[in-house]
Amino acid sequence: MLSYFQRLGATSLGMFERLGRGSVFFVNILLSIPSVIVRPRLLIAQIYFVGVLSFSLIVISGLFVGMVIALQGFYTLSDFGAEGMLGVMVAASLIRELGPVVSALLFAGRAGSALTAEIGLMKATEQLSGMEMMAVDPVARIMAPRFLAGLISMPILATLFSAVGVMGGYFIGVGLLGIDEGGYWSQMQAKIDFSQDVVNGLIKSVIFGWVVTWIAVFEGHDAIPTSEGVSRATTRTVVHSAFAILLLDFILTALMFGDI
Amino acid sequence: MTETSPLIKIRDVHFSRGSKLIFDGVNMDIQRGKVTAIMGPSGTGKTTLLKLIGGQLRPSAGFIEVDGENVHRLRRKQLYLLRKKMGMLFQSGALLTDITVFDNVAFPLREHTNLPESMIRHLVLMKLHAVGLRGARDLMPAELSGGMARRVALARAIALDPMMIMYDEPFTGQDPISMGVLVQLIRLLNDALGLSSIVVSHDVKETCAIADYVYLVSGGKIVEHGSPAQLAESDSEWSQQFMQGMADGPVPFHYAAKEYAKDLLGLEA
Ligand SMILES: Nc1ncnc2c1ncn2[C@@H]1O[C@H](COP(=O)(O)OP(=O)(O)O)[C@@H](O)[C@H]1O
Ligand SMILES: [Mg+2]
Repeated sequence: MLSYFQRLGATSLGMFERLGRGSVFFVNILLSIPSVIVRPRLLIAQIYFVGVLSFSLIVISGLFVGMVIALQGFYTLSDFGAEGMLGVMVAASLIRELGPVVSALLFAGRAGSALTAEIGLMKATEQLSGMEMMAVDPVARIMAPRFLAGLISMPILATLFSAVGVMGGYFIGVGLLGIDEGGYWSQMQAKIDFSQDVVNGLIKSVIFGWVVTWIAVFEGHDAIPTSEGVSRATTRTVVHSAFAILLLDFILTALMFGDI
Repeated sequence: MTETSPLIKIRDVHFSRGSKLIFDGVNMDIQRGKVTAIMGPSGTGKTTLLKLIGGQLRPSAGFIEVDGENVHRLRRKQLYLLRKKMGMLFQSGALLTDITVFDNVAFPLREHTNLPESMIRHLVLMKLHAVGLRGARDLMPAELSGGMARRVALARAIALDPMMIMYDEPFTGQDPISMGVLVQLIRLLNDALGLSSIVVSHDVKETCAIADYVYLVSGGKIVEHGSPAQLAESDSEWSQQFMQGMADGPVPFHYAAKEYAKDLLGLEA
């Protein structure tokens, strides 16, 4: 019994300690962001690696998710004779929820894991130490551009996901199931609110981008510098990111849409 | 801080990793213009010592002065200024794996100077020429042999014209030819560029061939020091064991363990 409490205590202490180190690390990244902005070349390269290379994954996933929502939605809505609302349903679920959440989950698997592995291996092969000894701060040179690139890419990817998903819904709804094309778009325009839906969706994706990239970069930086350590850190990035995204999504949704 | 004062002064340095004591009062003087060797068995903390000198680790007691400045009292900016004058060659070379040999050597120049690209090219080729690898400029680090990687790292370490270079086990795992090349290069660069060098190693023969002064480290302390000739003649059992590579001596062959017979019989010691 005692040992159970001991372990519980040790685990939570360890968790708080990591959280503390993670926060200090985050502040250091923030402090070095100005140095990234004066050298945009590094940032652009990272936006390419983190963001642009995730495009095809996001487009294909968005398309299929949009098509599935349209299929499922059509059968439910047609029971009530409300097929005309299909466009609204597709757009609302994508813009409010699935766009930010699914693209963030995909982003964590595609870009987050790569960031952790890259930084962890740089640590294991003494590249980060080497940089420090060349009087180059690895946080400013390596971590900060990657963090900023993730932060910038995530909302763009989520928007892309939603846009492609709406097109997917259109192909299924209008093309396959034969609902009225004008209705699909005009109902969507009428019912989707810019500040309520679009802005809130964007806020979500910015927050998810921040959390995923922060976790990914920190896990890489904090990895035990061995092959096993890097592999564990990479797994942790994906698992912790997924938890964080789903938990934050619940909290944000309750705050944003809770009173309607 | 006259020219004859030592470049590095290490006084009564203590350092531990967790509960494990690594240094228990180390004193050293590294002289300017000389090649100083630090030798000792694996795991005694030679790499740790270099990291202490470079300010990447902090001693729990004592101090380290480099060129008259207490490394661990410096503010971050000043520490970085000092590090630009200290080259360090990591055991693995620590080259950046995603850029070419040329870009690796250019890296510190591009980070710390605003030189035009034509000038950087000129400097990089000069440094690569000094280590004999001007022709390898377009290779990626993964395409280099271990010895070549270390020479590229050496070219990078001298890119900013430092006053000193620290070599961490430069000879380990090298074939006899690369080993010979590195031995020559370390001495040559030291004298031609007016550097001071610290060579951490456990290759006694190679290191003694180029060292002006040797420190033997074991069990967290300096156990012997002197010129290679003095150590070879010394009758202290430390230098006898280390210089002649005997398995047992003051550095025990066996890691601390229970008595052998009892251990085999599974008895509690
Ligand atoms: N990052 C670290 N964390 C904990 N212990 C370490 C770490 N690095 C080295 N050590 C320990 O410190 C001791 C000295 O290591 P090191 O300086 O690498 O020795 P050497 O270079 O002489 O072989 C070793 O016993 C090693 O296990
Ligand atoms: Mg070592």
